[in-house]
Amino acid sequence: MGMPWLASRSFGHGVHPPEHKEETRDLPIRSFPFASELVVPLLQHLGAPAIPEVREGQRVARGEILARPDGFMSVAVHAPVSGTVRSIRPAPSITGRMLPAIYLETRPGDTQEVIPGVACSLESATPEDVRNAIQAAGIVGLGGAAFPTHAKLRIPEGTKVDTLILNGAECEPYLTTDHRVMLEQAPDLFLGIRYLLRAIEASRAILAVEKNKADASQHLRRHKPDDLALELVELEVKYPQGAEKLLIRSLLGREVPSGGLPSAVGALVVNVATAAEIGRLLPHGRGIIERVVTLGGPGVERKGNYRIPIGTPLRFLLEQVGVSGDVDEVFLGGPMMGVAASSLEIPLTKGISGVIVYAREQGDSEESRVYPCIRCGQCLAACPMYLDPATLMRLSRHGDYSTMVDRYHLMDCFECGCCAYVCPSHIPLVQHFRIAKAGIRRGLSA
Amino acid sequence: MSLVIVVLALAALMFLLTSVLVAAHRWLHVVEDPRIDQVEEMLPHANCGACGLPGCRPFAEALVRGEVSPSGCTVGNAAQHRRIATFLGVDVGVSERRVARLACAGGTNVARSRARYRGLGSCGAAALVSGGGKGCFWGCLGLADCAAACDFDAIYMDAHDLPRVIEAACTACGDCVRACPKDLFSLQPVEQPMWVACASRASGDAILEECEVACTACARCAVDAPGQISMEGGLPKLDYSGGSIPRGAIERCPTGAIGWFEKERGFCVGASARRIIRRGGRPDGAT
Repeated sequence: MGMPWLASRSFGHGVHPPEHKEETRDLPIRSFPFASELVVPLLQHLGAPAIPEVREGQRVARGEILARPDGFMSVAVHAPVSGTVRSIRPAPSITGRMLPAIYLETRPGDTQEVIPGVACSLESATPEDVRNAIQAAGIVGLGGAAFPTHAKLRIPEGTKVDTLILNGAECEPYLTTDHRVMLEQAPDLFLGIRYLLRAIEASRAILAVEKNKADASQHLRRHKPDDLALELVELEVKYPQGAEKLLIRSLLGREVPSGGLPSAVGALVVNVATAAEIGRLLPHGRGIIERVVTLGGPGVERKGNYRIPIGTPLRFLLEQVGVSGDVDEVFLGGPMMGVAASSLEIPLTKGISGVIVYAREQGDSEESRVYPCIRCGQCLAACPMYLDPATLMRLSRHGDYSTMVDRYHLMDCFECGCCAYVCPSHIPLVQHFRIAKAGIRRGLSA
Repeated sequence: MSLVIVVLALAALMFLLTSVLVAAHRWLHVVEDPRIDQVEEMLPHANCGACGLPGCRPFAEALVRGEVSPSGCTVGNAAQHRRIATFLGVDVGVSERRVARLACAGGTNVARSRARYRGLGSCGAAALVSGGGKGCFWGCLGLADCAAACDFDAIYMDAHDLPRVIEAACTACGDCVRACPKDLFSLQPVEQPMWVACASRASGDAILEECEVACTACARCAVDAPGQISMEGGLPKLDYSGGSIPRGAIERCPTGAIGWFEKERGFCVGASARRIIRRGGRPDGAT
């Protein structure tokens, strides 16, 4: 047997949820109207919130800097629309905390022309220049984790990254944003890869897509510049193929050590949408003011891939595309790893790649009941990190978080949800793990 | 013959091991103050950790060493404290009795839900799903993590899914403080009856859309008790360093977010607070 994942370009375990991509995969990216008021959070990424540069009542132009990064783990925030700063006050967020945000009133009748910034020229930029430009452009991982990209690109001392991996797996059901970006923004993507290679001083790049996006990989292969050292690889369609560590395992056969960074095995993974955004923004010195989002799910009437201004409230978003029936569940991100929104006042942030809506249907009121664990072991067979979800769940219920970390490698769990997906007892396993992780952050353990 | 060898060998082994035990008893014996056991017997055996030590045994050891006073055990009553004090010949000591108090009054009758939470029936889990479904992001989720954490049955959930603390049963062990994902519980001296039953950091009347008993940061209380109540982050901050705060300061609170704990009646609000009987209805017509 040896290493089966090398042969099939995949990883062990995992699940095959229904893809649901056929409804939006062929729909081109469309632009989206401005809401009358945009809510731009100062913290849309992992790290520290940005420091506002504007005051209440101030008029700002589209693309203007609203807030500057506060330290290394922070990125700039730009105005997604020309308008007036109404207030700076806490707004709801998917993290569950109220986070300070800039409330921006759209100025009607404005041209909404994006003001130019200081360009970062690929010809003359040093790796440091590229990283700084990426931070100034407010770029974070657009795949969902929203990790500041410039921080990822600073390789720890003493390690060398030989391979840049472009993540076009997009294994979450429903989501088709990366797919469309690869088809429609190939030149941006190639330019972004050049910037990224410069930033980490690597020479080789691999772009990986799942086999269900063969049109994208063919399109990229056809248009790839000859001087770009980019290899295109098709992966088996399996969830969670796009997870960073699994992607490295699938492509390079390297195992990122527990608690370590991909750079420890000489790899670095960047989402294709992030790379395309770098290629689109850096030559003009602009910042992220909008992102491509898949609006899908059974509840959405005009499904599609839209380029939506950052800060657009979910309520406006759903009003524009129409919702059939009563909104029942709204997922930010995909249905597997996404978070259910508790409020339609939550604004779109840089890390949200999809808004998936389930509407309540007639007679569909049956609640899924949770049954006790029958120790069937299906979760063990599904976990791509080879953890023991059933035991972790039992430990979490008893509050024994330290054993979960020390003996059962809780911190290697990246909450892909495969275990909960296959559980015949419908046990919300990931919720148990998230409670444990939150407990550890709060310094609790039995 | 072989039987004799076996018996002799076992006898020799027995003798050897016995000598080890005897030697251990003689030279490795740890002299422990016999009072520790006796004092431990007099403690409530709750092992709750409210005294600040890991459990009753370490507390008993500290008592015998004279590092703490009997009243440091918040679970024990005065008679138990006296008994230990008499036994050890020390002072009972004074301890400020504290109880757990909840900084939220937004039960289902007065606070709005934005979304219905489905999932694991635990506040800790709900709080991680974009904050839970409550209209007020700071408010109590009502899934009873605190009541489950309380070893003394001092917390129960009322008809509106809001935890209530039975002050007489509360030992201030702090388990609820740790259990609440919204950090709404804190341990307060019983002698300080004024309390802000709200954690909303929002300023202005907009929050009333979400919860009718929220603090709107109008600062009337701060005006009525200058120097003792100040507004900080959209909430009144009580300062007891200058002695007790006059009860009059709660009277003009329009929502009853700031109130007064009375022994018999529990949390009481001021005269100007709207009387809210049920959501949507304000029978007294007050604004």
